[in-house]
This record gives sequence, C-alpha cells and structure tokens, in this order.
Amino acid sequence: MADDKPMAGGEVIAVRQLSKRYATRAGPVLALDGIDFSVADGEFVAIVGPSGCGKSTLLKILAGLLPMSSGEASLRGTPIARPRRDIGVVFQSPVLFPWRTVLDNVLLPVDVQRLGRDTHGKVARDLLHLVGLDGFEDRYPWELSGGMQQRVAIVRALVNDPVMLLMDEPFGALDAMTREAMNLELQRIWMTRRKTVLFITHSISEAVFLADRVLVMSARPGRIIDTLAVDIQRPRALDVVNSDQFGAYARRVRGGLNAKGGLEG
Amino acid sequence: MNSRRNLALSVLFFVVFVAIWETCVRAFAIPAFILPTPSNIAMAFYRGVMSGIYVHHLWITLLETALGFIVGTTLAFVFGIGVALNRRLEFFLYPYIIMFQSMPKVALAPLIVVWFGLGLTSKVVNAALVAFFPLMVNTIVGLRSVDEDRVSLMRSLDASETQIFWMLRLPNALPFIMAGLEIAMIFALIGSIVAEFVGAESGLGTLIQSMNFTMDVAGQFSVLLILSAVGLVLNKCIIFFRRRVLFWDPSEKAREDLTPAKGGNL
Repeated sequence: MADDKPMAGGEVIAVRQLSKRYATRAGPVLALDGIDFSVADGEFVAIVGPSGCGKSTLLKILAGLLPMSSGEASLRGTPIARPRRDIGVVFQSPVLFPWRTVLDNVLLPVDVQRLGRDTHGKVARDLLHLVGLDGFEDRYPWELSGGMQQRVAIVRALVNDPVMLLMDEPFGALDAMTREAMNLELQRIWMTRRKTVLFITHSISEAVFLADRVLVMSARPGRIIDTLAVDIQRPRALDVVNSDQFGAYARRVRGGLNAKGGLEG
Repeated sequence: MNSRRNLALSVLFFVVFVAIWETCVRAFAIPAFILPTPSNIAMAFYRGVMSGIYVHHLWITLLETALGFIVGTTLAFVFGIGVALNRRLEFFLYPYIIMFQSMPKVALAPLIVVWFGLGLTSKVVNAALVAFFPLMVNTIVGLRSVDEDRVSLMRSLDASETQIFWMLRLPNALPFIMAGLEIAMIFALIGSIVAEFVGAESGLGTLIQSMNFTMDVAGQFSVLLILSAVGLVLNKCIIFFRRRVLFWDPSEKAREDLTPAKGGNL
C-alpha cells in the first residue's frame, strides 16, 4: 500500500468514459455507456438507479472483479485492472464464513493479505467497538441478527485500512427499521473514519440521506444522467427526510429517473 | 414428550417382541435350523463369548474395515479434489466414475479375492473400493457448491487460488465430506464382510459361513448381533468426529443420527 496520502479534496477514484458490453444470444448488450465521474478524498458518493441499470456491474469493475470493455478507471492514479488490496468491498449480503468467529471473519483480509494478526487484532477490536459489537468477538455469524452481520461485513472491509470503500446495496436485504438504523450507523462510522465511500443503492432517500453527492443512473444502457451535491449539514438525523430541503433533493433525483423510464426500468 | 416414559415404552416394546418371537417358535415347533428362539441365540452368544472365538474374528474384521476405510477414503479425497478442481482430469475420469458408480461394487469381490488371495489384502482392497465412491462423489459436490458471493469476496481481497481453496472451498465442503465419511465407514464394513464370504481364513463373515455349513443358525444370529453393534459403534465414532468438525453448520443442530443414503450404492 502506498503511504502518500493525496491532498485533501484530491481525486481518489477517477472513471473516464467507462463502457461495458456483454455478449448475449440476442447480440451484444451495452450495460454501461461512457460513465464519467470522480470521487474526492473523504467524499461520500452515492449512485442511485433502477435495478438492471448496471450499477452493480460498475461496482464489480471498480472492485477489479470484472473487466471493462473500454474507458479507464484509476485509483490514486494507478489503473484498476484486477482486485486491489487498497479497496474494501461490502456486498449486498454480509458474506460471512460460518466456520469463523466474528473476530476471525473481520480478520479475513488480514489473513489473506498476511498483514499479521498481532497488529491488526487491536484494529479489529477497536472497529467492532465502534459499531457496538464489543463482546461479540467470539460469537459465530449465525448467532447475530442481519443488521449485526452487515456491521461485521463493514468492519471487515475497514480492517486493513483501505483507501476507499465500495458498497453494493449493503442494506438492501434488511427490513426498513434496521435499514434506517444502519444508515445512521454508517454515517457515524464515516464521520469518525472519513473513508472515501462509493455507495450503490436503489433507494432515493437512502442516497440523499447518506451522500455528499448523488449520481443518478438510467438503465439500458447505464448512463449517469444527473449529478447533485447534497448540501445538508451533518450529522443528519433520521427526521431530516421530512424537511423541505431533503424533499427537494429527492424530487430532483426522482425526476431524473422518471424522465428515463422510471424506477421499474 | 416425556423421554423417560419413551424409554420405558421402547424397553416394553422390545420385551413384548422377544416374548412373541419365543412363544411363536415354540408353539409352531419351528426347527432351530430355520429360526432359533431368542433364548437359543442368547445361549449361543454366551457360549461364543466364553470360548473366545469371537475376539479373533472380530479383530480381523475390524482391522480389514479400518484399513479399507483409511485407504479408500484417502484415495477418494485426493481424487475428489483433483476432479473438482481440474476440468481436464474431470473430462478423462468422469466416464469411468459414472460407469463404476452405477455398478454394484460388491460384484467385484470374487475377482478381487482371485487377484489378492485369501488373506487380509483382498478384504482391505474390497472394503476400500466400496468406501471410495461415496466420499469421492461427496467431495466433488462439496467443493463445487461454493456460493459465488463468497468467491467474489475472496477475489476482491486479492486472494490466490490456493488461499481460496484452503480458506473457503475446503471448509465449505466439510458437511458433504463428513456425510461421505459416514457412509464410507458402513460401506467399508459391508465390503470386508462380503469379501470374507467369497473366501477367507478368518473374520466374522467367515464365521457366519462356517456356522451356516453346520446349520448353527443361533450362532449366526449371535454374530449378526455383534456386526450390528460394530456398525453402530463405527457410526457413532464418525458422528462424534462430525460434531466436532461441523459445530458451525446450522443443519448439524437439526440433524437426526440417521443419515440419508446419498453418495452412491454398493
């Protein structure tokens, strides 16, 4: 991992004219078309779009799990061509290994990347404390609720101190109440750690609530059709969603999505 | 449900069953070389234990079964990993696997005795052959049944294929492997008994056959009792091991001790 931190506000991730084509039996399908954006250091950016707009494909490409067809993507100036150790990924499901305890699950990146459990054991415990899971270190994933499991997954993505977090609808499988609690939790973690986050969701209110900037995507082909900066003071409380300011942002996002065929695209 | 009452009921059921058996055999004057009474069997069992003939034969059968189990399952594990991870190996081996899988392996016992003689070797080979398939099939299925998200997670962490195997594929396959071992254990016992039937100098199977020639049916029943006790103990050993290995498997808690016979035939 490179030690040199970029200047505050510098670009962490830069995506230029990124396209992805799939070959199907019916012919080639353009899943992503000329995606262009960048995320600044410490910024929280949400990408919102209907299901099937290719936002998960975009995240897989940025995680180095899928090749892109054309264009470029770089992290701190070096191109993303394969999985990188300085990116942490949180998937839609927690993807915890049932044979590992909570602590061992958190330390999976440390084991894989041979970073040494001595130094990172303390980091892992501190992070578990941050998300309110002290005392659960030696429990097994099946003993935890869905929200707790997803918190373990977030801690696991943070344990090797990556440059940025990629989150693919991490709370999509949770019930509405837990989801709101997790949004607050994530905001708190983000404000403590100031990680750069790229957060993918199909929930407009989740995107506006969490992000500094929201990118709106359309489906078939996946394009970024609108970008808006969310200028609401932090920490944001849950009832901010009832404010006029929040409503205005949400309306603008919804307007962009509706103009391109609506959420059911 | 009251478990103490259930225990009492099952003991009562056993007593009634034995009593009916005893009464029927006596009432209809069924000859002992057709169906002995439970008391005859108990006597035969007692005489056999006192004379000490069981110990030697039991030891031989256990040794054959254990060696056959170890050889068969080790090879099955190695082959299973090879076939599961290497497409080319799978391409060449799979037709033979399918062919052997659908063949009753015990039918090979006469040939194996011809090739490996009347001694211990032919029994070990036969037990190993029968124990091989259930574990190999289960190993392949287990290693292949990995959740794609878990593989994606490992890849996103920049894990090597070797790390993915040791940290994900192998632990993930353990429930299948343990189920395969359970079947393989009982199959190994069956394999060695069948090979003893075909031709052997000692072992519980040999004992059953010689008793059959002398029409000592009560004696045969007493050996069958020993064999089912052996099967039960071997199965318990595997279950004991499985509980320790698979403490994390949610299906483990909900499981019955009876294993459905997946993973092949004899």
